[in-house]
Amino acid sequence: MNRKDDDTWLYTISSKRKLIDFNFKEIWRYRDLLMLFVKRDVITVYKQTILGPLWYLIQPLFTALTFTLIFNKVANIDTGSVPPFLFNLAGISVWNYFKTCLTSTSDTFKSNASIFGKVYFPRIILPLSIIISNLLKFGIQLLIFIAFYIYYYSQGANINITSSLIFFPLLVILMGLLGLGLGMIISSLVTKYRDLKFLVTFGVQLLMYLSAVMYPLALMREKLPKVAWLVEYNPVAYIIETARYMLLGEGTIHYYGIVFTIIVTMVILFFGIIIFNRTEKTFIDTV
Amino acid sequence: MIILKAQNISKQYRLGLVGTGTISDDLKRWWYGVRGKEDPFLTVGEVNDRSTKSNSDYVWAIKDINFEVKQGEVLGIIGKNGAGKSTLLKILSRVTAPTTGEIKTKGRIASLLEVGTGFHPELTGRENIYLNGAILGMTKAEIQNKEEEIVSFSGCERYVDTPVKRYSSGMRVRLAFAVAAFLEPDILVIDEVLAVGDAEFQKKAIGKMQDISKGDGRTVIFVSHDMNAVSVLTNRVIVLKNGIVDFEGDTDEGIKEYLKGENKQLRYEYHGLVNKPKILNLEIETSLPNNIHEFGKEIKFIFEIDIPYIVENLALSFQVVDEFNVPITHSWVFDADTQKTRNKGKYLFIGSYPNPKLYMGNYSLIVHLSNSRTKEKFDFLDSVCHFKIQMMKTVRSEYHWQKNTCKYIEKVEWLTYKNDEIESN
Repeated sequence: MNRKDDDTWLYTISSKRKLIDFNFKEIWRYRDLLMLFVKRDVITVYKQTILGPLWYLIQPLFTALTFTLIFNKVANIDTGSVPPFLFNLAGISVWNYFKTCLTSTSDTFKSNASIFGKVYFPRIILPLSIIISNLLKFGIQLLIFIAFYIYYYSQGANINITSSLIFFPLLVILMGLLGLGLGMIISSLVTKYRDLKFLVTFGVQLLMYLSAVMYPLALMREKLPKVAWLVEYNPVAYIIETARYMLLGEGTIHYYGIVFTIIVTMVILFFGIIIFNRTEKTFIDTV
Repeated sequence: MIILKAQNISKQYRLGLVGTGTISDDLKRWWYGVRGKEDPFLTVGEVNDRSTKSNSDYVWAIKDINFEVKQGEVLGIIGKNGAGKSTLLKILSRVTAPTTGEIKTKGRIASLLEVGTGFHPELTGRENIYLNGAILGMTKAEIQNKEEEIVSFSGCERYVDTPVKRYSSGMRVRLAFAVAAFLEPDILVIDEVLAVGDAEFQKKAIGKMQDISKGDGRTVIFVSHDMNAVSVLTNRVIVLKNGIVDFEGDTDEGIKEYLKGENKQLRYEYHGLVNKPKILNLEIETSLPNNIHEFGKEIKFIFEIDIPYIVENLALSFQVVDEFNVPITHSWVFDADTQKTRNKGKYLFIGSYPNPKLYMGNYSLIVHLSNSRTKEKFDFLDSVCHFKIQMMKTVRSEYHWQKNTCKYIEKVEWLTYKNDEIESN
């Protein structure tokens, strides 16, 4: 074989890895697989259940109801002019999307070890499919939010949509990417250090209380100024606060907070991809 | 044209409990990496020999494998359990990365390490065809084009819109193989998938494999234990032994080399624990020493069996197989015939072929000891008691005995007439 032939190799399998090996062309080639995974996730979850996709609605509704009873009626958290139930429903829907993105992507390697151990496809397809299928569920939950929104509006509640709502899709994407990045980091580390799995389950729970889900950000500053920094350095809190502002016109929009969130998301996503890439090559030996 | 080239492929594994206590090793690796030094653990490790106890925590599953595959070639990879076949396949199919070395390829590789990967029990057969096809690397349009063919090849038309969880295991395998059979990668890597389904389907599968390799001129890398399938499908093989290439070349030569490496003891002995009926000793009484036997003379197979508890319906059977593990004879004895083995104790079974017709060549035995009613398997011996048949003193003047002309010679009686004799009768 001559030298010229050497350049025509399609690809090389080796132990050496580039820092970022993000092959968009290959991912594009597997786009059908991505959509089929999404389809699988959406239609199989509630097969053989009586209520089917209604479960998507029951979960946030009952959580919002519980929150309203405990945090607003018992603990008297002030939600301003917005009805507490609607306030909670908005927070929970948005938080749920982040949470499911994070927890289900953080399980990617372990729960798909049997497929990953048998056949190659760009591994990132699976976490991506989780983000997309959860987006559909989030969309359904948003519909129920809109239904309640209209109901409260017709009852004369003081809520108004702001013009910033057009940026809402961008906010959702930002949140999905943050969940994806964190999830990929955790899923990579879990393959080797199983302890993290336990950390994630209760860490996510704690994170919810630090993410301004059931209280406005301003309230935290007012009542607990000493620990408010915990919430202020939490990008998820800004996302939820901003989403609530866009949907309900309640709270404030923090531009520096949004910029902070975007930067944090990009850094986490960047590291997520690097660690994920390093892990996908050999995780099957350790899992 | 060389389509795939593997250079110095090695893969190291850590023995023992992977996952715990590796932080210190990880930190050490990282520290060496930071200073630009070579990974300290790459210099340790031993050749992968399963049966000897290791002194190191690290082991080389495969070491310094080099080979090339030409376009349109069907390459076989054979080796004992633990020789490194699966590791090599996993590297080829990009499931795991090699520790050192690299593989360069000019075509897309699709691998069938197991059929039905990613089948979801809740989805219907048709939905699973799409999902499984996409996992194996097909696009939706490609699958759409072949959907009808896939369904009819699988023979599951009636059930194609039923969830796969309602399928029998055989149907699942058929459907999965059908999807895989219509893959069209440049290089197809196949691992033992033929060992599935019933005889009819296996025939269909081997036929399809032959079409893929011969008809379409596709490059295939085929890994199997089935020497018959390897010899039918491939013309070049690599024999792996303890993680290194033991032989590379012509298939027939390679298979012989592989079988030579098998435990070629002349008799079989077992000295371990006996908690169920076991074969303690097996030898062949041949007409010449060292298990060499002359054609046509009486040959005896002597089994010593320990039965530790009362067993009804004991069945002992053995097959004489040739060097490709193809069975030539099958003989058996049931307790129903002898009614002698109902009690505990050691027994001697002597089977005799008074007038064997095995042709010259190398043979060995496969032995089954089981309960003929419950089908419980007590003992199974694979390729033991190798023996050789020679055509000594059986002179044939016109032609010399040639190797491999047949496996079996039947005595024949000829009647010869001239044409006009028949007419006149």
